[in-house]
Amino acid sequence: MRWVRSVGPPILLGILVIVAWELTVKLGRIAPFIVPAPSAIWREFVEQRGNVWQAALASGVNALIGLIGGTVVGVLAAMTASRFRPLSEVSVPFAAVLNALPIIALAPILNNMFESTSSVPRWIVTGIIVFFPIFVNTLRGLREVDPTHRELMQSYAASGWTFARKVRLPGALPFVFTGLRQASSLAVIAAVVAEYFGGLQNGLGSRITSAASFTAYPRAWAFVVGACLLGLAFYLSTLLLERLAMPWKSRLIT
Amino acid sequence: MNAVEVAGLTKVFNAGRADEVTALSDVDLTVGDGEFVSLIGPSGCGKSTLLRLIGDLLSPTRGTVTVAGQPAAKARMKQGYGIAFQQSGLFEWRTVLRNVELPLELRGMSRADRRARAEEMLALVGLSEFAGHYPAQLSGGMQQRVAISRALAVSPPLLLMDEPFGALDEMTRERLQSELLQICAKTRTSTVFVTHSISEAVFLSDRVVVMSPRPGRITATVDVDLPSRDDAVRQSEKYFAAVTEVRQALRGGTQARAATP
Repeated sequence: MRWVRSVGPPILLGILVIVAWELTVKLGRIAPFIVPAPSAIWREFVEQRGNVWQAALASGVNALIGLIGGTVVGVLAAMTASRFRPLSEVSVPFAAVLNALPIIALAPILNNMFESTSSVPRWIVTGIIVFFPIFVNTLRGLREVDPTHRELMQSYAASGWTFARKVRLPGALPFVFTGLRQASSLAVIAAVVAEYFGGLQNGLGSRITSAASFTAYPRAWAFVVGACLLGLAFYLSTLLLERLAMPWKSRLIT
Repeated sequence: MNAVEVAGLTKVFNAGRADEVTALSDVDLTVGDGEFVSLIGPSGCGKSTLLRLIGDLLSPTRGTVTVAGQPAAKARMKQGYGIAFQQSGLFEWRTVLRNVELPLELRGMSRADRRARAEEMLALVGLSEFAGHYPAQLSGGMQQRVAISRALAVSPPLLLMDEPFGALDEMTRERLQSELLQICAKTRTSTVFVTHSISEAVFLSDRVVVMSPRPGRITATVDVDLPSRDDAVRQSEKYFAAVTEVRQALRGGTQARAATP
């Protein structure tokens, strides 16, 4: 019953929005290049499901590689920065500048640095975008140590490395996951958008641009739906991972 | 051999700066083997500072601290004492059992041995059935009991406690006081206990050390000689006499010293 009450309203709202959308397009005779009807998009989605799946897989692999790479580098960088105080003070504004850069704008330049069939530029773009939320959140987590824990470890005569491993890292885990939740959706966006700038034509982004250039709007939208589902899959996987990694948090924080 | 010997101890924070504070001035204190000594005084009297100096969590400006015949730093390196704070300081990502195991783990004890020892310690504080729980699932009093069992896990000859029951309600507090006394008697542990509750200090201690602020120093020492340490004693004549004596020492400071030359 509680389950119905929490899941019911959003589903109902979703259905209402789709019905309203369908009616507006049908009754208002809106041209499909402005916005196609949900029924048309759904037809295309079902028809193209094999292609959507293949394209989502290609984009998903790029997003995953970028996400993992950016996360590993972000956590390592945060660990290094937290170890040396002056470094951490310098690194945060530096990371903010990096974040303010329109990284997507680098995609065409990166594309020219590698061969046209290479996925490396997409991994790099995704990785850079993932880096910032992971780095900033992890650094904050590593710096926030309970003073009681600090004194306790001191009373055990624990070394700096032991302290980092037993206290700092597990203590920073909730912060890492906060960053990862933001990063997981960003990774999919970055991987899809990076495809707009050429390179391999196998992912969702390139399918959307090519469908749009053939004026096959419902098909373009079908791939957009695919991108949406891919982003959702990434986000939900992160939530699941968070739950598995931190069994002491009995409930998900939302 | 005495558990703790403090001689001529002075601690100045921010020495040479505008915000220089003399937290402790020329303090001498001896805690005998197996003795339970409370440090009591108003906020800012340096009682927590004194505890941290004994534990070598701070280093003295002048004077010496000897723990079980060794310099305090050496005692800390050998995990020569267990410590508990007002905050239980449990690690939320570790189960209760793994929290108690931590000091043993850092000593390099084998997995099986430390598990057995931690289970034994949890049994001592009556929390065996919560071994697999996470700290967040326990009440404040239970968390504090876990913290005490963790402090005692390495069988330290000395236990340092900084207002461990300060955040608990009165009933839980009294129950834990009795438990603590039983445990200390059973394990023959010497204890230095910081508190600002007079009744707590009197009930627990063989000796109550009264301190006063600006600069932090010892103003009086009250010996408490209760016939027993059970709840009945809380109503006894001797108990009230000791409470009154500590209260007067706290209030009077210099007066009390003048009255009893």
